[in-house]
Amino acid sequence: MKDPGYWSVFLNAALVNNFVLAYFLGICPFFGVSAKLETAVRMSGAVTFVMLVASMCAFGINLVLEAIDAPYLRIISYILVISSAVQLVEMLLRKLSPPTFKALGIFLPLITTNCAIFGLALFQTNKGYGFTQAIVYALGAAAGFALALVLMAGVREKLDLADVPEIFKGTAAALIVAGILSMGFMGFAGLGR
Amino acid sequence: MGKKQSNSTDEFVKGLWRDNPVFIQMLGLCPALAVSNTAINALAMGAATTFVLVMAGLSVSLLRNFIPREARIVSYICIIATFVTCVDYAIMAISIELHRALGAFIALIVVNCLILGRSEAFASKNRPALAVMDGLGMGAGFTAALFFIGVMREVLGSGTLFGVDLFPGGFQTWTVMVLPSGGFFAMAIWLLLVNRIRQYQAEAEKRAGEQEAAS
Repeated sequence: MKDPGYWSVFLNAALVNNFVLAYFLGICPFFGVSAKLETAVRMSGAVTFVMLVASMCAFGINLVLEAIDAPYLRIISYILVISSAVQLVEMLLRKLSPPTFKALGIFLPLITTNCAIFGLALFQTNKGYGFTQAIVYALGAAAGFALALVLMAGVREKLDLADVPEIFKGTAAALIVAGILSMGFMGFAGLGR
Repeated sequence: MGKKQSNSTDEFVKGLWRDNPVFIQMLGLCPALAVSNTAINALAMGAATTFVLVMAGLSVSLLRNFIPREARIVSYICIIATFVTCVDYAIMAISIELHRALGAFIALIVVNCLILGRSEAFASKNRPALAVMDGLGMGAGFTAALFFIGVMREVLGSGTLFGVDLFPGGFQTWTVMVLPSGGFFAMAIWLLLVNRIRQYQAEAEKRAGEQEAAS
């Protein structure tokens, strides 16, 4: 595979193929946590963090799996290693930096088995990214996730004050907002590959 | 739910409507939106998910007395991941084309909250037979929801159904429906319909209750 530059990998993951709005990954936290702007920001921080950990883990596991020629173990080992790595880091954080833990803590278990995290690990393997590329990809995906979540939270805070028909309340309105946001992101399609 | 002994038909039917995983519980939305761009993809995804739901439910239910409480989530994930790997390779063997269309989303069944949720909330507390019925019901509800979204997106977005051209006289396709945003819109439209029906039902129930109180 041709080596795309870091910048293009980043833009590609953040805008063109936004994880939430183009791949539908991590929809559950997207609708669940996007009601308040502040929670959305903290959630994004936690996701960035977990994505970095997951990306590094996935790269390592993939090396091992290729060495022993066992691709059928990929799914199961990815998910186990990623979730235990996040758990470990969570413990470390609690010990070393209680304020960070307080800010991110409650979200960490929620997102360990999130589709966005797992999808990131799978995509970076399918695309055959190297280590630094994988890290950049993870950062880009996290930035895209954060952007989508914060935009969404901003819209939903306003939407709460609006008078919408009963049947639109809650998820239905959120879905339509997400659809419009997603249409907006289509405009970035010319940017990357 | 786990306390009272309900019969297995109830467990099956509740997944279809009252506790429909997609429209009511909002679980497993990622695959519901991502691979529902054609009816075939939607059905294949639904079938794959149903298989994993049933097998995971059965295994968790059979092992429910052996799995220690502290390690239950990890055990469930292991069980689910095993069956997902089976499905992944099975689909690759049956149709490489389908496997390409569904892409990474087959592997992503592992992190479908619906499956872990059912294992945790239902299968770990109930007999294997009930767990299988619950899995079948939830799977059927999930497949139906995906199918409805898929049909809407395929008919409006490409003017076809199951690959058959529905409008031989020409049809201005709504390209937006095959794009990702179409997934959100199609889902929203069905959700509005479901909400409206539920609202109607609730009103009818209330009226019936009032009448009873009056008489």
